Amino acid sequence: MSQPQVYSALELRGLTKRFDRPAVDGLDLTVRAGEFYALLGANGAGKTTTLRMVAGLLRPDAGSVSVLGIDALADPVAAKQVTAWVSDEPMIYDKLTPLEYLEFVAGLWGCDAAIAERSARELLASLGLAPHLHERCEGFSKGMRQKVALAGALVHDPRLIILDEPLTGLDAVSARHVKGLLQARVRAGCTVIMTTHILEVAERMADRIGVISAGRLIAEGTLAELQQQNGQGDTSLEDMFVALVESAPVAA
Amino acid sequence: MTRAATVTWFAGHEIRLAWRELLGMLTAGRRWRTRSASIMLVAFVIFLHLPAYAVVGRFADVQMPLDQSTLIVITASIFLAWALILSQAIESVTRVFYARADLDLIMSSPVALTNVFSVRIAAIALTVTLMAMLLATPFIDVLVIGGGARWFATYAVVIAIGLSSAAVAIAITVGLFQLCGPAKTRAIAQIISAVTGAGFVIALQVAAILSYGTLSRFAVLTSDAAAAFAPEAGSMMWWPARAMLGDVAALLLLLGGSLMLLGAAMAAFSPRFSGYVASVSPRIETYKSATSRPFRLGSRQNALRRKELQLLWRDPWLMSQTLMQLLYLLPPALMLWRSYGEGAGAFIVLAPVIVMAAGQLAGGLAWLTISGEDAADLVATAPLPSASVTRAKIEVVLILIATVFAPLILVLAFVSVELAAVTALATVVAAASATSIQLWFRVQARRSQFRRRQTSSRIATFAEAFSSIGWAATAALALVVPVVAAITALITAGIMVLTWKISPARQ
Repeated sequence: MSQPQVYSALELRGLTKRFDRPAVDGLDLTVRAGEFYALLGANGAGKTTTLRMVAGLLRPDAGSVSVLGIDALADPVAAKQVTAWVSDEPMIYDKLTPLEYLEFVAGLWGCDAAIAERSARELLASLGLAPHLHERCEGFSKGMRQKVALAGALVHDPRLIILDEPLTGLDAVSARHVKGLLQARVRAGCTVIMTTHILEVAERMADRIGVISAGRLIAEGTLAELQQQNGQGDTSLEDMFVALVESAPVAA
Repeated sequence: MTRAATVTWFAGHEIRLAWRELLGMLTAGRRWRTRSASIMLVAFVIFLHLPAYAVVGRFADVQMPLDQSTLIVITASIFLAWALILSQAIESVTRVFYARADLDLIMSSPVALTNVFSVRIAAIALTVTLMAMLLATPFIDVLVIGGGARWFATYAVVIAIGLSSAAVAIAITVGLFQLCGPAKTRAIAQIISAVTGAGFVIALQVAAILSYGTLSRFAVLTSDAAAAFAPEAGSMMWWPARAMLGDVAALLLLLGGSLMLLGAAMAAFSPRFSGYVASVSPRIETYKSATSRPFRLGSRQNALRRKELQLLWRDPWLMSQTLMQLLYLLPPALMLWRSYGEGAGAFIVLAPVIVMAAGQLAGGLAWLTISGEDAADLVATAPLPSASVTRAKIEVVLILIATVFAPLILVLAFVSVELAAVTALATVVAAASATSIQLWFRVQARRSQFRRRQTSSRIATFAEAFSSIGWAATAALALVVPVVAAITALITAGIMVLTWKISPARQ
């Protein structure tokens, strides 16, 4: 009996995107299936551009994107079927209720109605939105909107979750709910790739951390590996990050 | 800073903001377009002299004393202009109430709010007046060229129209705040604004149809019945017309009255303005679904179609903006109902009205569904080809167009099958053309930016208007002179090809 082939959750090879200047510059990156990966970098380093290319929102100028073994550039629909994307600016419909929004997302991903509804209710309850299930989103705070967007990303049970600054605008309690949800998904075998400027979150949650500067990966590994690479076992992630970014070559 | 200095400084700030907003509207936020936008604006105003000549050229020689019929027509025209400007003024006032960007800053600053809001009310009046003058300039020019310098007095009448409509708009909006509350005022004010703009013309047309069986509003104004109801020559109702014709006393009274009205609005509402603005605070809206029903998913395209229809249905402001064109269908529908059974000849005029309305409505709806996608990232990352997404959205436009126009065309079919067939075909072509233009010039935008959709691409706006006009003319001519219809159809198709060639979609 043949063993099922084990894929990386994400493989980027020579990924390149140029606007006025190179935003992503021949990036090679591998994220293993079932890991929590934090992608760090200064503002304008190319994190969001990279993730938008993975999510199918931007077409790369060169390179390849493989999502769970699927060539995302050749078969974007198949890659999108197993992927979820959450941006830092929650884009939801003001005139829909959270439950209606999740119903729409489940419809787009072709989910089973009964399973999707149960999942939607559980997700919204776990994010503290149970009292607001039937209220339109137009009056929601940014944090509440972010939670609705996150629930939308999880309702179709994706295998790769890509989050760009998902904790922006969340209070401490909500942030803890979100982190708990994401960790539970990783324990269930899902892969999470997240950008964040809150280094403590990366330090506590990520299995591996990648640091990107001028569109290139300049450091990668577990927290311990990064500390070892920098020669000091007790250096904080913040100190390492600042040292790495400041010593990295500036984009042309 | 002294009180006077504060007011002056804030007035300067307001003028700068208004100027930049105007530039933004003209250039769609791109600085490099300023010069070309200015040239286009001047060219447009010059071009407007042609229709202006057609409309008011024959009145240039009119002198006092006027016969009653002319007096009624001029007064009604002034009232129509006033209604249109009032409609714009209500829009401006609503924007001031709901645009919190700088109001939070102003209200948290240590300045006297009454002064600040007086300046803001004056700024609204100034903006509205300038806009009225810009629109009136071609008409006044035609009158001055044809009838002499005495017609310059019309500018003063336009100023009076601007000031008084701003004052009335503020009173209406504040009244709505008190009657309906801040949550509903915006939508209701927008609807009132839309209906005010079109209502007067439509009311005249409805009266003309009911009385004379024609769509011409002049039929009512020049009728004996209107003359019988009109007040005596000395009545203040004729002041605007007399002021226009150079009656200095009437002009001064009109200007003075408008200034007093605006002053009264400032005095009455400025002290309470901050309270009204504060009541528009962001808060949790409690629009709730009536019942909790189980998920109904269906196909992926079905999810998209249902979402689009749901969003349109739940947004009265967007509904009022997009369905405005339908108001213009009321008179033809009424004419159809009243004159049913009199033969097809009387109804040929309905074909272009229906086709034009379909093209314009389709353009608005297509922008909302194709460009106005609030969760663009979500839809773009969904596992279905972008062509399927586009198809589902176009289907929504066509469903709505069919829902609105099919009943009218069905009634036409009972009058004349040929008339109905031509109208139906032209309606489909006009709707498809407008939708295609929106597709070729698609931009990612929030639905709330609907009002500004025309500034995002001027080419798309003009192409949409020209194609609707072209197909409407083709429909009318096809019923009367089919050979000429072939020519207008070719010209309109040429416009479509040219639009496609210069569209971003092709490049």
